[in-house]
Amino acid sequence: MAIFIELFYSFFKIGLFSFGGGYGMLSVIQGEVVTRHAWMNMSEFTDIVAVSQMTPGPIGINTATYVGYTAVINSGGSQVMAVLGSLISSFAVMLPSFILMLLISRFFMKYCKHPRVEVLFSVLRPTVVGLIASAALLLMNSENFGLPTINPIQFIVSVTLFVFTFIAVKKYKFSPILTLIACGVLGALFYGLFPIN
Amino acid sequence: MQKINLFKLFTTFFKLGLFTIGGGYAMIPLIERDVVEQNRWVSKEEFVDLLAIAQSSPGVFAVNISIFIGYKLRGIPGSIFSAIGNVLPSVIIILFVALFFNSFRDNAIVNNIFMGLRPAVVALIAAPVFSVAKTAKISWTNVWIPILSALLIVAFGISPIYIILLAVIGGILWGKIN
Repeated sequence: MAIFIELFYSFFKIGLFSFGGGYGMLSVIQGEVVTRHAWMNMSEFTDIVAVSQMTPGPIGINTATYVGYTAVINSGGSQVMAVLGSLISSFAVMLPSFILMLLISRFFMKYCKHPRVEVLFSVLRPTVVGLIASAALLLMNSENFGLPTINPIQFIVSVTLFVFTFIAVKKYKFSPILTLIACGVLGALFYGLFPIN
Repeated sequence: MQKINLFKLFTTFFKLGLFTIGGGYAMIPLIERDVVEQNRWVSKEEFVDLLAIAQSSPGVFAVNISIFIGYKLRGIPGSIFSAIGNVLPSVIIILFVALFFNSFRDNAIVNNIFMGLRPAVVALIAAPVFSVAKTAKISWTNVWIPILSALLIVAFGISPIYIILLAVIGGILWGKIN
């Protein structure tokens, strides 16, 4: 029972303090569920983000639903309880938006050109850049890339896939979903042919 | 203006949620086509303002847009119907995947696929750093803000929530001085 309250509280906070869309939200979710509550480890979190990016819908909602489910399962809950956990998390992440958007839609039009509001956002926007960068930096770890000393092949393959994806999406505007599918297929082929364990 | 059916709001946003892959920003062109061009629920100018509001408000970008449009057309019931319509496909699909994936997690092929996927996901998260930096107008005078925030989170393990709070307080104080 306690986990439901914790999930609700965590995702309410996540909904309240995430700016800048799904990617800005990932660092806040990571901070709450991996670092603070240890409901899952970094590689489980990365898997959830991968699935959330490949399935339809907003990444924030997908991640909240999936994290809620996994957190309950990892705490020893049943699948029915896990479904409840996922519903609570996705509801809680929307709730602050709901309250704030209703208020903001009434007042923003009136005050968005107010100098004080403009200054506030001129500080918030660069902060969001730092948040997204931190999410990426925290995920560059041995769980996601392997260790060069223990598993040099996995490390080299991982760094190659990272660089390939970054350039494909950033420079050549490849579809992120097709790029992810390609990396998944490459992973299955390579590690299938050359098992590393 | 003609009163818009709540069910129509629900189905429109359900469809948007179902057919958008890759997050809120990928949803923008679809919303533009359905909501602005076909249904004419909001004007083009209103839509741009709406993007600014949804972007600068906390929470899920796409959900913020659906709440705003629903509220504009049919008040609070409208916002509830469009928001629930928007997230329902996600919730159903993710639950399906979660039930399926956790039992296949230890499968060798699934494991290999995810070993290939993980570095790619990290790259996808790293890529928007630079496009968002452009929108945020990062220059030599404010580049310390993202560097310091990332450093505090990565090196000192400070929660991003405190960083946002700090930025809000800093922004308000800075506005007061000027």
